[in-house]
Amino acid sequence: MVSKVTNVTSLTRSGLSDFVIQRVSAVIMAVYTFWVLGFFIANPDLTHAHLVAYFASMPMVLFSTLTVLATAAHAWIGMWTVGTDYIRPHYFGAHATSFRLVYQAGCVALLFVYVAWALQLFWSL
Amino acid sequence: MKTERPVNLDLTKFSFPIAAIASITHRITGVLLFVAIAYLLWLLGLALDSPAGFAEAGTLLAQPLPKLVLLAVLAALLFHILAGLKHLVMDFHHWDSLEGGRRASQGVFVLTVVGTVLAGAWIW
Repeated sequence: MVSKVTNVTSLTRSGLSDFVIQRVSAVIMAVYTFWVLGFFIANPDLTHAHLVAYFASMPMVLFSTLTVLATAAHAWIGMWTVGTDYIRPHYFGAHATSFRLVYQAGCVALLFVYVAWALQLFWSL
Repeated sequence: MKTERPVNLDLTKFSFPIAAIASITHRITGVLLFVAIAYLLWLLGLALDSPAGFAEAGTLLAQPLPKLVLLAVLAALLFHILAGLKHLVMDFHHWDSLEGGRRASQGVFVLTVVGTVLAGAWIW
């Protein structure tokens, strides 16, 4: 029997390590979310200088960078899962694989823009 | 293995349990957040850019529609994080019985509503 290559576009070509990456990245992003939200909640009379000082400190730049990279991995695994679940012949007909490739290319392009944009933002403070 | 298997799932005829609704909502909020990153990055970039940009971001977020969009993003984010935490707990074999899964899903929805109301009070 010839086994088909079906997982060539998953992040690591292994469902198990994708599973672990999805969870580790989720924890990083959740901690960052509550950390930053906490800052905004604790500072209702925020000024521009204070905001810049907060995000420009080196620990925070590194934390932001880590979160950006976690987001890229997490979003790719998530969007890939959604795409392979729904963009298939049963719903999209004979050209489903082409549609899915276009969809996945679009996801990669947008993620690349996000990563470049965010890193430029956090490292130029 | 037969690869062209017949599939006949009429999703409109299913009665979905709350865990299934939580699961599909987890997916929908994930896709929404993927798009919402652009809005959040743009807002943060504007606020960090200069004192004028900071003031501009403040003026923008004083208007009803941008406020509503931000609240929707926060609600989606809260749901997605809570549903994700539920997943992490279930990975360790807690809350994974029929009744436990039901309760945990209800908890995620209730906490999201409570958190969204608090976030709304905070934003307005």
